[in-house]
Amino acid sequence: MSTPLEDLFVRTRGEKRAALIAYVPAGFPTIKDCHRIIQAFVDGGVDAIEIGFPYSDPVMDGPTIQAAAVTALDNGTGASDVMDALKVASDAGVPSVVMTYWNPIEKFGVTKFAAEIASHGGSGVIHPDITIEESTEWLNAADASSINPIYVVAPSTSDERLAKVTSKCAGFIYAASIMGVTGARTSVSSGARDLVDRIRKVSDLPIAVGLGVSTREQAKGVAEYADGVIVGSAFVKAILDAPTIDEGVSAVTSLARELALGVRGK
Amino acid sequence: MSLQAEILGHFGPYGGRFVPEALIGALNELDAAHQAAINDPEFQSELAELHRTYTGRPSILTEAPRFAQHAGGARILLKREDLNHTGSHKINNVLGQALLTKRMGKKRVIAETGAGQHGVASATAAALMGLDCVVYMGEEDTRRQALNVARMKMLGAEVIPVTSGSRTLKDAINEAMRDWVTNVEDTHYLLGTVAGPHPFPTMVRDFHKIIGEEAREQVLALTGRLPDAVLACVGGGSNAIGIFHRFISDPEVRLIGLEAGGDGVETGRHAATISGGSPGVLHGTRSYVLQDANGQTVESHSISAGLDYPGVGPEHAYLHDIGRAEYRAITDKEAMEAFSLLSKTEGIIPAIETAHALAGAMKVGKELGPDAILLINLSGRGDKDVHTAAQYFGIPLDGQS
Repeated sequence: MSTPLEDLFVRTRGEKRAALIAYVPAGFPTIKDCHRIIQAFVDGGVDAIEIGFPYSDPVMDGPTIQAAAVTALDNGTGASDVMDALKVASDAGVPSVVMTYWNPIEKFGVTKFAAEIASHGGSGVIHPDITIEESTEWLNAADASSINPIYVVAPSTSDERLAKVTSKCAGFIYAASIMGVTGARTSVSSGARDLVDRIRKVSDLPIAVGLGVSTREQAKGVAEYADGVIVGSAFVKAILDAPTIDEGVSAVTSLARELALGVRGK
Repeated sequence: MSLQAEILGHFGPYGGRFVPEALIGALNELDAAHQAAINDPEFQSELAELHRTYTGRPSILTEAPRFAQHAGGARILLKREDLNHTGSHKINNVLGQALLTKRMGKKRVIAETGAGQHGVASATAAALMGLDCVVYMGEEDTRRQALNVARMKMLGAEVIPVTSGSRTLKDAINEAMRDWVTNVEDTHYLLGTVAGPHPFPTMVRDFHKIIGEEAREQVLALTGRLPDAVLACVGGGSNAIGIFHRFISDPEVRLIGLEAGGDGVETGRHAATISGGSPGVLHGTRSYVLQDANGQTVESHSISAGLDYPGVGPEHAYLHDIGRAEYRAITDKEAMEAFSLLSKTEGIIPAIETAHALAGAMKVGKELGPDAILLINLSGRGDKDVHTAAQYFGIPLDGQS
């Protein structure tokens, strides 16, 4: 049985384009307005949605997403809000996943977390800080609930390790474009293309590139060699910069439309 | 027992690696360098020579008879890590890691610091070995420990105040990890405690276990027998593991870690991770963590910046669970009483961190009575705490009475 996320990549590969994957933390800018941002993603033509589980110690995130996580935690965001946001996205017909650091999963209960993801229509979980060596319980849980465990690899990941990690991964593999944390950058590192080429040699999994993509031109460039383009901080920044939520929603829709052209090579 | 537990960097269910893939290569490289170094007589003699001529090892053992009168009359023996160069046990680890940094061909070290002792030790080692050094320190701690900030700068290090989160040690570690993920190719993260991803808990312990090895011989030579209990304060737990480790295989010796109880564990305002926390993952390792129902890290509270950390080393979590070591909480008030008492009875001003171990000794001494021998790791000196302690005791700092 395939997940909606897996079906998406079959479709976009058929259309010879990349998928656009957008990120927003649950509970940001508020618990309710997060649902409006999700709808704005859908209206703007986003192909898949990544719901962030805000965490107190996000070591892979730069200042923009850290700020959003602080706001979300101040809003009292917890696991149930993450699951609610996931359901809003999947009810809108868009494949959706949760991105979370490991400790909230462990605290929630590993098996229960995977089951809740599935029952809220989610396709999988992106987990940047759990290694395959520590993943036995999680992989069993993901398998039992038929969801995709999605690992993040980096330019420093060796070929040997890429083979090991991709063998445990499903849905897509998240390729970090650079050595660093999340955040919009003026250019996408050439290291991203090298990493994607190295992954292709060991795996047929779809590959989505994240970290630093914020513009249509950058999305277009990445779409030439990757199956997916992940944009997070640029959306969060658009929301943070908007004076009102209405303006934030419209900025998000506009940015999504631009990026949706980019992933189609336009 | 512990050897078996250490396979793959695990201590029972604790330890391991919970980090971004970006760091796996660097952790493997560090693990290999550490393994090679422990089996390399040249490395060992270089480190031993540094300890002899620079750190001032072996550190002495001081008996504290006047303080002992307030600890049930038990014999109180202090392992004087406060007399090491830079004023605490932290130098043992940084010299080892700085030598490894050079062996790995890296030119830059980064470090986190709470009280500033590890930051000062790191800046010192970097100056000695010609490495660039950046120290991340919570903004709150830069205020509490302004003197150590100045020391680090004098030693040529760059100090970056961290303004995210609770602005203390936990957030300094987050920021150091972000730096490391970005600059891992030429940078070594000189982690200051026995926490973090494998190999840090094992490696940092190995660089500190000399404390217990020396102390065990010194106690035997002085008293003719092993101590009844070994006591140390526990934040991340490096000085405690350092003095405990050689005694783990002596079942008759009780190992007692004293955590920072802040206003009292029952108030929720504390940093007693084992006494008041639960198993979880923080900063790359599974151990006890102060956390809420969603797995969010809860801010810790302690008068001692060096113990003000919501995690603890995974080997301590394991020693606790198997019952080999016991962990108790000491409140701010109890620690400051012990701080004052050691100063006035023995002429030794301890670090406030260390005062938690002394307060524990006052209790354990009364429990065990005058026939007992207690070995305490006097992990650091109190020079850096003069301002905090003066405020606490209402001593004016302007020279007026």
